[in-house]
Amino acid sequence: MPKRGTPPIHGDMLQGTLDLLILRTLALGPAHGHTIAYAIERQSDDVLAVEHGSLYPALHRLEDRKWIASFWGTSENNRKARYYRLTPAGKKQLTEQTNRWDEIVRAVNRILRPA
Amino acid sequence: MSLKRFFFRNRWDDERARELEAHLAIETDDNIARGMTPEDARLAAQRKLGNRTLVREEIYHMNTISFLDSAWRDLRYGARLLRLNPSFAIVAILSLALGVGANTAIFQLLDAVRLRTLPVRNPQELVEVRIGETSGGRTGSFVSRRPTLTNPLWEQIRDHQQAFSSTFAYSNVGFNLTTGGEARYAQGIWASGEYFNTLGVSGLVGRTLTSNDDRRGCQTPPAVISYGFWQREYAGSPSVIGRSLMLDGHAYDIVGVTPASFFGMEVGRTFDVVVPLCAEPLSRGARSGLDKPDTWFVAVFGRLNPGWSIERATSHLASLSPAMFKTTLPTRYGAEDAKHYLNFKLAAFPAGTGVSSLRRNYESPLWLLLATTGLVLLIACANLANLMLARATAREREVAVRLAIGASRGRIVRQMLAESLLIAAIGAACGAALAQWLSRFLVEFLNTDNNRIFVALSLDWRIFAFTAALAAVTCLIFGLMPAIRATGTSPGVAMKAGSRGSTDTRERFGVRRVLVVAQVALSLVLVVGALLFVRSLRNLMTLDAGFTQDGIVIASLDLRRTGIPPEQLPPVFESITARLAALPGVQSAANAFIVPVSGSGWNNSIVINGKKPKDAVVNFNSVSAVYFKTMGTPILRGREFDDRRDTATSEKVVIVTESFVKKYFDGQDPIGQAFQIEEPPGVPRPLFQIVGVAKDTKYIDLRESFGPIGFFPASQADGKDMSPFLQVVLRSSAPLATVTSEVSSAVTEINASIILQFDTMRNQVRESLLRERLMATLSGFFGALAGLIATIGLYGVMSYMVARRRNEIGIRMALGADRRDVVRMVMREAGLLLGAGLVVGGVMAVMAARAASTLLFGLQPGDPSTLAMSAVALAAAAMLASYLPALRASRLEPTEALREE
Repeated sequence: MPKRGTPPIHGDMLQGTLDLLILRTLALGPAHGHTIAYAIERQSDDVLAVEHGSLYPALHRLEDRKWIASFWGTSENNRKARYYRLTPAGKKQLTEQTNRWDEIVRAVNRILRPA
Repeated sequence: MSLKRFFFRNRWDDERARELEAHLAIETDDNIARGMTPEDARLAAQRKLGNRTLVREEIYHMNTISFLDSAWRDLRYGARLLRLNPSFAIVAILSLALGVGANTAIFQLLDAVRLRTLPVRNPQELVEVRIGETSGGRTGSFVSRRPTLTNPLWEQIRDHQQAFSSTFAYSNVGFNLTTGGEARYAQGIWASGEYFNTLGVSGLVGRTLTSNDDRRGCQTPPAVISYGFWQREYAGSPSVIGRSLMLDGHAYDIVGVTPASFFGMEVGRTFDVVVPLCAEPLSRGARSGLDKPDTWFVAVFGRLNPGWSIERATSHLASLSPAMFKTTLPTRYGAEDAKHYLNFKLAAFPAGTGVSSLRRNYESPLWLLLATTGLVLLIACANLANLMLARATAREREVAVRLAIGASRGRIVRQMLAESLLIAAIGAACGAALAQWLSRFLVEFLNTDNNRIFVALSLDWRIFAFTAALAAVTCLIFGLMPAIRATGTSPGVAMKAGSRGSTDTRERFGVRRVLVVAQVALSLVLVVGALLFVRSLRNLMTLDAGFTQDGIVIASLDLRRTGIPPEQLPPVFESITARLAALPGVQSAANAFIVPVSGSGWNNSIVINGKKPKDAVVNFNSVSAVYFKTMGTPILRGREFDDRRDTATSEKVVIVTESFVKKYFDGQDPIGQAFQIEEPPGVPRPLFQIVGVAKDTKYIDLRESFGPIGFFPASQADGKDMSPFLQVVLRSSAPLATVTSEVSSAVTEINASIILQFDTMRNQVRESLLRERLMATLSGFFGALAGLIATIGLYGVMSYMVARRRNEIGIRMALGADRRDVVRMVMREAGLLLGAGLVVGGVMAVMAARAASTLLFGLQPGDPSTLAMSAVALAAAAMLASYLPALRASRLEPTEALREE
């Protein structure tokens, strides 16, 4: 259910991007799903509003690829929560995908704004 | 995607549920902190999170190997359906199991007997050396199961050949393990020194024999025992090495045990003990064949030199032959025999699959049985096809409904596939089990007291896979055909076709009709075959063999250990027979050199009035006075033997059979006529006066036609080359156990070192008909089975037809057809299918029976009465099977049938 008012960036388009954002967020330290969702929203100045539910399949996929690992921990407000952290493979992936992203953005920009 | 996650995906899902719950709890806490009421906080959190079930499902699917998951569900669904309809499941699985199992069992046996190579080193290099094509026969005495060469010839081959890297000779023998009383035999092999070395077989424990063990005149030779004998007699104890073993009263030192897989050169046999060939005189004494150039008792094998072909070895042997046969020419041979002998040429024959008398006797019956089981498999497949077709057709409507509510085509096909596969898998598994049981039963069947056979059986994966695949493919094709067809048409049309329409289309019935006709035809072939074999056996069992089969006990006595010299044997034999005849349980007793149908024989050419007649070879026997009375063979003319009149010094006499008279005297009264036995020049030819004519009797085997036989009186037998064996036939009405114990104690009283063995005439005849019994039993079983399957098939088709035509039948009845009309209509339908099947089957049966003609006795392959009996039996069963559905159809209530839509 895309939110009205904010620029509607469709979930499907975010498929690969969401993975990258999660990895980036986790590069700062272990976090649980709730934290990750808010971190992405906040850091993108609320442009990239993640539907919280869609975060979890993405997390599952990343964990499946062994880029992140999970463990149960206690949240700031004393709730049991599942925490995720970046694995070494995930770190490598983050660097590679960030570079790739930059390339794409440059390429798209060259097309959209020819010098 | 990991399999671990797949199998633990439910636990994984719980984990996700907890995680999402935690997310919700944190968000709710935050919302409360922002000042919402708890309810609002929770609702807002839920809105923010979205559809939790959807998320969980998405993750669940990510964890699922969807193919496996649906396959598993399909299998469970299939199993449920089979349980719901057990009669269908049982018939389908049974016909599969029987088809697969019977084929695998017979092929397994055929493979073991015919196709498999010996379990020795490089078996393809092994060849047998024997005399190639001959212009004349060999003469002399023949001992052992494979008497292809003599020992002098073997020594020539051993010393002169260059074609083989090594050669060996062997002979088989029954060694007596006891030293008196009732005999207990070990199956022995006399093997020349290079036997094990050539075969490349080394000892499992201890050593095998070498050339050093096989030196002429060996007195305390070593012995190697088989794995089976080691387990049986010594419980597999390793301390067996060095123990002493008594064989025919001589001590042998056990030096080794052979591996379990090794059974010698003869497929279908095994051995207990191997001793060097040089030990042969220890058992045979003066009758030893080692230096007799006309005693054929060894078989010779060699391993080809690298690079040598069989052809090259054969021409090499042929070039050596003239010298070898010249050196070993028996001095006793007459001119004709010598001419043949010197013309003999040795040749090499492939022996990688071993040699076998079992193979000779059972190869063609086994191929025939394989063909039979092949037909059974075809019938079973046709039946299966019919069943699957019926079932799937009945489900067309169900398929249509499911398609209509959105099931994918592939999904439905997959589900039917799973069900077919399940039947195929269970059927194949049962078939494999059945194959093991059946092949063991067959081997047991062929095993008799007098003829121990051994077949190394193992499940043959190739043939099992082949038959199982065939059955499975049948299952699948016919299980899927309707599914594919149903899914190919639009659901609406299929649903209409499934429910409406009062009669069925011809096209749909076409396949099933053809299948039933094929089943009836094939099963007629099998029923005819079965009946031919059963009647052959009956003919053999009931024929007049010329002697009584019941109430005759055969006692075989071995006097070797008594040390009585040959010339004193005749009076000893006479006194033993007299003593046995006087026993209370015995009505009469006579000794016989040859017991009829025992497989042994003695023949010679005769000379009448100095001329050799055409076809001069006559079978002979030497019997004591009351032989004819004991055996129940009537004397038609002249007199019986008389111990007082026919003595060693009186005129030589002979009793001949009717066939003898017919053949050599044109049926004229032969009493007073005489003949001689052809002997080499220099050997006296006594004149035998014919004093009596006996009724024809069988000699070697029941299948033979009556031939000329001459009986000599034992009282005139020449003691010179008398063998220390005596066979006494006893007529008795007392129970067998009484007779044997009376005889045993009487013989032991006479001389405790006589070794005894008992058999009955009835049993001997039974064993001589083993092959016929095997064919009758198995073909009878398969024939009955085929008939049953075909009957079930017809029943299935008729019931199905009646069910499909309920409406039509209802309308007919409503319009005035009475019950009999309905029955007639259904029966006409069934009769048509049956008739077509019988006609096709009859033609096939006559053609197929020709292939089996050599195995039949007393009737022609195309025997019309057999054909008629089979057709009538099959037709009766089939008509009965169609009568039930017909009856059901006639009991239909027209109103109900029409209302039911």
